[in-house]
Amino acid sequence: MSLLAVDGLSKEFGGVHAVQDLSFSVEAGTIHSIIGPNGAGKTTLFNLITGIYTPSAGRITLDGTDIAGKSPSQLARLGMSRTFQNLQIFFNMSAVENVMVGAHLHVDRRFWLSLLRLPSMVRGDRACREECLRLLDFVGLAHYAEAEASAMPYGALKRLEIARALAARPKLLLLDEPAAGLNATESREIDEVIKKVAGQGITVVLVEHDMKMVMGISDHILALDYGRKLAEGTPAQVRANADVIAAYLGAHA
Amino acid sequence: MSMTKSSLLTARVGGMALLSAVLALAPLGFANAYYYDVAVGALFNAIICVGLNLLIGYGGQISLGHGAFFALGAYGSAIATSRWGVPPLAAMVASATLVGLMAFVIARPILRLKGHYLAMATLGIGMIIYIVLKTEAQWTGGPDGMGVDPLAVAGLALSTDRQWYWLSAALLLLAVWLSLNLVQSPVGRALRAGHGAEIGAQVVGVDTSHYKVLMFVVSAVFASVVGSLFAHKNGFITPDIASFHRSIELVTMVVLGGMASIFGSVLGAFILTLLPQMLTAFDDYEAMIFGAIMMGTMIFLPKGLLPSLILLIRKRMGGRS
Repeated sequence: MSLLAVDGLSKEFGGVHAVQDLSFSVEAGTIHSIIGPNGAGKTTLFNLITGIYTPSAGRITLDGTDIAGKSPSQLARLGMSRTFQNLQIFFNMSAVENVMVGAHLHVDRRFWLSLLRLPSMVRGDRACREECLRLLDFVGLAHYAEAEASAMPYGALKRLEIARALAARPKLLLLDEPAAGLNATESREIDEVIKKVAGQGITVVLVEHDMKMVMGISDHILALDYGRKLAEGTPAQVRANADVIAAYLGAHA
Repeated sequence: MSMTKSSLLTARVGGMALLSAVLALAPLGFANAYYYDVAVGALFNAIICVGLNLLIGYGGQISLGHGAFFALGAYGSAIATSRWGVPPLAAMVASATLVGLMAFVIARPILRLKGHYLAMATLGIGMIIYIVLKTEAQWTGGPDGMGVDPLAVAGLALSTDRQWYWLSAALLLLAVWLSLNLVQSPVGRALRAGHGAEIGAQVVGVDTSHYKVLMFVVSAVFASVVGSLFAHKNGFITPDIASFHRSIELVTMVVLGGMASIFGSVLGAFILTLLPQMLTAFDDYEAMIFGAIMMGTMIFLPKGLLPSLILLIRKRMGGRS
């Protein structure tokens, strides 16, 4: 069974069909990319899957559970985590604290323990901190651990979001344009991080414009245009698809 | 990295030590009982502001109704002790529990609102409570107010301003300690995360509204407990303690001292309570100078007193090394 299955999904904003009758599935343990020109509905699709938007119609299942209309925090409990194209960083906290929030569901967060700073909470927090420092190291941000997020460069913040999402220990990780706004070197670094994440058995769904990255790391690609499925398949199949070429180059087939 | 860790240690342990020293040494400069009286007022405000800052500074939620929670605590203790003969400590705990419950019930619908709308809603709650306290004269004595017995625990009564000073100083240290604990815990991180990037917090499983509600309740309980103490200390209360002006004053202390700074709140409360006393020498110009100081602070130190000062010191030290 697929880890994530989308069936007949639609979303309208007023009269605009941002996503229309879309069906696809993501197999566990793969890197699955979603591509398409600007305005194709990629981010809307992400927001539907991750509970930011409620679908107008259709079903989304994660591991067989219907998740359409569930809140983001409920989805996190089911093993879904994501990053954002427009960063959602806690700029009022340090880098390691940002990641520690990611581990929220895996720490003892009872009020009285926190209020009285009981030893068990202190121990748990120390262990959580160690784990989060490892995650920062994993994404290549070890040297920023104690830095305030507000003082970190853009490229580092992109990776900080990945570390935070990993701290939630997801089965399914959705990355919304992780390479957007990065230079070639930073892009390659992100590329490496995504491969390492997938290597740990975490299923990755990726929205990305950087075709070099997409073609290089994806097991499977879904191409969207005007909210509809344009093509689907392996990188080689999608690259050769006439509709995809037309949509990207603007040629009329 | 180790440096930041040690400076964290300073903020926590060092800050507590400094505050303890200030509180212990301040009475050396007190010439008479009046000084103690004013100092107790400052300590009371500081305790409320430390709690309120959890909501405003760390949680990012405004409240213009905390003066009313303070008043409810005061009236709860006053009514329970003088009309029903409940022991003061039990009355204080019962009042705080009821205020906490009430805050819990109203928090969910209210905290859905944001910015100006939230400010308006909390303002409305405060006004309702003010009017109830003023009109339910058979319980509260109406606009004329009501008398309250002194605080007595197990037969021992607190009578002098000096005793009140040490009690409230100890309670302020407790309040600061508890708040520092909260801020640097999973609960505090979840709260700050909801303020920093709400959706970012939700996608990793943080139920952001839960933490806002929690801090609304905690800050209301802080205000209620101080209200109870105030009632016993003053011996007489009127509905004016629930006034809009009082709530604004509390928020101003938090903002002036520095949002998301526990010790900043203490500083803000001290300054805004003591400044009018110091400015009395200027007679008619007192309010004007007071206003000018406030405006100047907000223009030149927009992050609030303490965070701006710390930033300044860090810059100096950074420049040298």
